[in-house]
Amino acid sequence: MRIRVNPIKCEAHGLCAELFPEWIHLDEWGYPVIKPEAVPRALQAHARRAADLCPTLALLLEQD
Amino acid sequence: MNETQVATAALPRLLRGVSFRGLAQLDRHLECHGPLPQLDGASVLEVAERAGLRGRGGAGFPAAVKMRAVKASRGHAIVVANGCESEPMSAKDALLLHELPHLVLDGAALAARAVGSDHVIVAYEGQNEDTRISLAHALKQRRAAGVDHVRFELFAAAERFLTGQETSLVSQINGGPPIPSFIPPRPTRRGVRRRPTLIHNVETLAHLALIARHGDGWYRAIGTNEQPGSTLVTVSGAVNEPGVYEIECGTALEQLLAAAGGPSGAIAGLLVGGYFGSWLPAAAAGEIELSNAALARHDASLGCGVIVALPHSCCAVAETVRVAIYLATETAKQCGPCVNGSAALARTLHAIGSGRAEPSAFADLRRLTGAVTGRGACHLPDGLAHFVATALRTFAGEFDDHAANGPCDACSAPALLSIPAPQPLRA
Repeated sequence: MRIRVNPIKCEAHGLCAELFPEWIHLDEWGYPVIKPEAVPRALQAHARRAADLCPTLALLLEQD
Repeated sequence: MNETQVATAALPRLLRGVSFRGLAQLDRHLECHGPLPQLDGASVLEVAERAGLRGRGGAGFPAAVKMRAVKASRGHAIVVANGCESEPMSAKDALLLHELPHLVLDGAALAARAVGSDHVIVAYEGQNEDTRISLAHALKQRRAAGVDHVRFELFAAAERFLTGQETSLVSQINGGPPIPSFIPPRPTRRGVRRRPTLIHNVETLAHLALIARHGDGWYRAIGTNEQPGSTLVTVSGAVNEPGVYEIECGTALEQLLAAAGGPSGAIAGLLVGGYFGSWLPAAAAGEIELSNAALARHDASLGCGVIVALPHSCCAVAETVRVAIYLATETAKQCGPCVNGSAALARTLHAIGSGRAEPSAFADLRRLTGAVTGRGACHLPDGLAHFVATALRTFAGEFDDHAANGPCDACSAPALLSIPAPQPLRA
């Protein structure tokens, strides 16, 4: 599983970086920077939570 | 190979039928290139694949792969001939649509056959009234002669830098503004009127029209193994005969400059690939071949085929600042990192150019070029960051000098790199 952000939908709420700091940090304007690598199985529940709780539903979980 | 094939393997290929006076005539086109062979769709796909035809809009994606993707998608496919180069220093697509519309329309008809479509939309830059007249005339002649089995429609696209970006063009044809959309879905799956949409640059289609006539062996007889055939380039700046040239892929840059009448003076640097392209030192002209494999070793690519030779009378810093501001203002204002980062890049560059920069300005630029790359729905931030990064590398001394001493004498010279007037994003 990999995480992508739809940058058109994203409004820099920043929730994703709080919910999944292992994989997502915020840039100087508050927009998410996401590790491009596949999310290990052990952390995938965090990725799902971040995607589900994004206020604009801007995070995509792409299955490899 | 028989004699005629050998003869037509030489250049020019696409530009053979250029008239430069009056409207393009169908009979002259047929006299020059012969009738379009009645290939079935599968044969068009196969010959394009064997020829190794790549897209000429800038990205260089294999044309056959794109056509196969559209063919494999569910629904009634539609073809868009993309003639909206919107690169201020490029003139090749406008030249094709204006002087050689039948070559483009032949290619579009073939592409339609390849993907099982009967509908082609020819998108041109709406401000070019000459192009519309030429296309309308060409279509009238084709209807009278009954040469096509597809329906052609003209579309006048907006005058913006992002007008020809694929998803932006789809948005416009669907009645929306000239702004890109997020992928997925790719237009090959869902594009114009939610149908699978094949978008090919008009030069790609013109090549297809000749490949269908002469075969993949003829196409591959020139060029490099990875990048066969010929390509159109627009040469401007410090050369005696600026214009659109057709070159064999892999031609030495020095040879192209010589073909363009040779340098008209000392060259300070070279812009290769347009405003999403790379600044290279003038000395590189002697070692560069115009193929993507060779250019990649210089962190460059041919892009849409724009080559600008910057004369010493122009200031590289001032030219770079103006283009960076232009690109930053052409943002579709959709993606946060682009909206914020592109503006910050342009602002910081401008401060350096006018000698009012913070001590951290160069470190800021390095951070910002990294921060915007890959962060937008389209490649505008990536292109801008690359343009700026290659300028800083190629003209490091000039940028340092401006940061310390402010504008130079050449800063007030007339702009070489043209900057279109701002247009509203939403009408």
